[in-house]
Amino acid sequence: MKRSLQNWLIIFLSTAVLWLGLLPYNQAIAKENQDKALHYISRLSFGVRPGQIQEVQNSGVESYLQAQLNPESIPESPILKQRLGQLDSLNKTPIDLLKSFQKYDIKRQPNNGRNLLETEKKELIKKRAKFRSSVRQQAQKAHLLYGLLSERQLQEVMVDFWFNHFNVFLNKKVIPFWIADYENDIRSHALGNFRDLLGLTAHHPAMLVYLDNDLNVAPNKKRKGPLKGINENYARELMELHTLGVDGGYTQQDVIALAKIFTGWSWSVDRKGGLGDENSFRFFPQRHDYSDKIFLGQTIPGTGIEEGEKALDILASHPETAKFISYKLAQYFVADEPPASLVNRLASKFESSDGNIKTVLDTLFHSPEFNDPKYYQNKFTTPYQYLLATLRASNIKNPNIKRLKGMLAQLSMPIYGCATPDGYQNTQEAWLNPEGMLKRVSFANTIANGGLSNKKTVNAKQLRATLGNQFSPNTKNAIAKSPPRLHSSLILGSPEMMSR
Amino acid sequence: MKRRKLLQTIALASGSMLLPVGCNSWVAKEVSGINNRKRLVTIFLRGAIDGLNVVVPHQDSGYYEARPTIAVPYPGEKGGAIDLDGFFGLHPGLKDILPLWKEKSLAFIHNSGSPNPTRSHFDAQDYMESGTPGVKSTADGWMNRLLFSLPQDRPTQAINVGNTTPKILQGKMAVANLTPGKNSTRPIAIDRPRVSAAFDLMYAGQDSLSKAYQEGTKARGIILEELNQEMMSANGNAGSVNKFVDDAGEVAQLMVSDARTQLAFMEVGGWDTHIGQKATFKRSLPNLGKGLATLAKGLGSLYSDTVIVVISEFGRTVKENGNGGTDHGHGNVMWLLGGGINGGKIYHQWQGLGESELYQGRDLPVQIDFRNAIAEIMKQHLSISNRDLAYIFPKYKLAKSLNLLS
Repeated sequence: MKRSLQNWLIIFLSTAVLWLGLLPYNQAIAKENQDKALHYISRLSFGVRPGQIQEVQNSGVESYLQAQLNPESIPESPILKQRLGQLDSLNKTPIDLLKSFQKYDIKRQPNNGRNLLETEKKELIKKRAKFRSSVRQQAQKAHLLYGLLSERQLQEVMVDFWFNHFNVFLNKKVIPFWIADYENDIRSHALGNFRDLLGLTAHHPAMLVYLDNDLNVAPNKKRKGPLKGINENYARELMELHTLGVDGGYTQQDVIALAKIFTGWSWSVDRKGGLGDENSFRFFPQRHDYSDKIFLGQTIPGTGIEEGEKALDILASHPETAKFISYKLAQYFVADEPPASLVNRLASKFESSDGNIKTVLDTLFHSPEFNDPKYYQNKFTTPYQYLLATLRASNIKNPNIKRLKGMLAQLSMPIYGCATPDGYQNTQEAWLNPEGMLKRVSFANTIANGGLSNKKTVNAKQLRATLGNQFSPNTKNAIAKSPPRLHSSLILGSPEMMSR
Repeated sequence: MKRRKLLQTIALASGSMLLPVGCNSWVAKEVSGINNRKRLVTIFLRGAIDGLNVVVPHQDSGYYEARPTIAVPYPGEKGGAIDLDGFFGLHPGLKDILPLWKEKSLAFIHNSGSPNPTRSHFDAQDYMESGTPGVKSTADGWMNRLLFSLPQDRPTQAINVGNTTPKILQGKMAVANLTPGKNSTRPIAIDRPRVSAAFDLMYAGQDSLSKAYQEGTKARGIILEELNQEMMSANGNAGSVNKFVDDAGEVAQLMVSDARTQLAFMEVGGWDTHIGQKATFKRSLPNLGKGLATLAKGLGSLYSDTVIVVISEFGRTVKENGNGGTDHGHGNVMWLLGGGINGGKIYHQWQGLGESELYQGRDLPVQIDFRNAIAEIMKQHLSISNRDLAYIFPKYKLAKSLNLLS
């Protein structure tokens, strides 16, 4: 009896010693799991929302990843749907919007508007500007709501990626009436096939206008008006920015040949002379250059619209395109200077899957590089990513959109406001500057004090619970030494919040 | 980058006693530039101002034929142009800058602009700001590249009046922003001592975010300090309703107070006069003239070390349209002001306004590339080397000097 008690005591003590010894080990595992969950959330979404770190840990990152890779499997947020439903211009077709806009055109008034008084003309101009600005604002609002509220976060992240890859600029000509439609088209192919994505941008009026392909025609001396001849703008950017990359091995002769191939690719909303297709794309045979072309070493006989499709096939399946897109994806999701091993692996996956974006991303997220803790939190956020992340962490679901847009503009990243075709960059070099840092921390303070949430302040305790144990000793120290009413500001303005 | 670092190190190591080293004459030149604080202010008139109604060819009969209702009348007539050189005259709305013309520190370059034929505001502005007409992929602006080429030792070397950094100042160099209107010193959260004390602690390190933060607070401090002093000392200026005039005064003040603000950029919009141009000019030109005069006056003795360049993306059609306005054109007028300008002169190769003399039969041709004038100013006024010029205006071949600087 005595002996068995002794035995029990030994067993008990050794278990206790073992258990106590494992405690730090268990904690380390827990921290590792939490960091990994946070890493996946912050790269696959626009920021962690309350409770999400625990949710993803519970379900496992793989399950989170697969759901995000298959957005149609995730029910869309009802709040998002409801808010989008309130935007009347989003529920109209671009053609309807353009027609409404044209109603205010002076030259479309009876007798070319010559009978109008000066005051009437001014009135029309005012209404015209007002209408355009309302369409523009609703498109921007929809863009923000999707990023902030969509449950299909990876899809929205890819919309951000592809929109900047195939950038168009809101303020050029009639683009405001097409921009929401353009983004929606991108959204529906964001995790699909690259050739489809390339094709939709090539046919879309927003792109045709932005890169002037609607002015790209075979020279014809008899023709009057602005259509004077070849415009290389789209052809050049199509190779330099959309597919091969600037070092992709094409020549000026290829640019000219490609421009000729795309002559006559335009758009139309006028009944006169026939409408375009359902998205207003229209091929004008009489503007097309029917000569045979040599493009990237291949002869393309002059047959018409098929030449453009053939050229897009060649470009989409080109090994340089696979490399270029893979580099950009790795840069966006892993590091400003992505490891070559990863880029190469993604490029061969891109080729073997015929540009299946979901497959390439699946490879990326399972790669040892993406999962290497040395890349955790090493991407500096763009202003757009930063502000969305602060709102999501603070659980602000109905922010003051006008002020939010103002903040983005002050941080030099107005929505749809990148005038150049290369789109907004996503590197630290592009976005880290003294002015930007001061504004970020100031806006963090504004947001913490309810500046975007109708004066409802952000609770520091909830914020800590949402963001988990991710802060450096330096950040923690700075917070601890500051008055409690500044804690939310400091958390939102911390280096950790500015990284993803 | 490396060259600048080297220069700074040399300058630090040897104080101001640096001797010219061997054949590297640029070393001596750049270091002497530190004491030679020349300034450049660029003012962009967005929307394409109609240069033909700013500097009016009143002796060219083609001008009055092309513009039956919007031409500026002959000098001496009611509302007539102010004669400048017997051939050209100034729009009367700009009378405030006439004294500068008389003292020969104001000049114009007619038939100038960008060689790129685009008539899109957006493309043309982009090209003029990137300094690379026809090349859309240039990510930074020529003023930022110029800033990079200047010796630097303090954060506010370039100032932008506006909320977003325009293309012309985008790039790797940090630029300070002055909020336009009366709000440049309007507090932002970080100005509050408690907030800044807390964030100062968080960003006290040597990492890149901390360094950017620290540079930012330094620059902000300088702007606030110097502008607040100005406001206390010069309240007499209050009451002006015009934003541009106020901004011009603030820019002058910043430059005078030796914040080492060598470069400044301002913009004035609203020149896209497709209809009712006469009324727009009558309303807006006086403010522009007043602003420029305020800037010149505010600079005081520094005016002699300053060049002010006024540019716009393209000119407008020679013929007026059916709505008392003008449409998008090509060639335009550049304005140059400053004590060092060889002024009281209009630089031009006027060929008349006959259809065969015009670009595509309708617009002023561009005979002088805007980069020609700016490169000359950078070279002669800011002592920029040919090597740096090739960096600021890549692929641009320097044209013959226009002798813009006296």
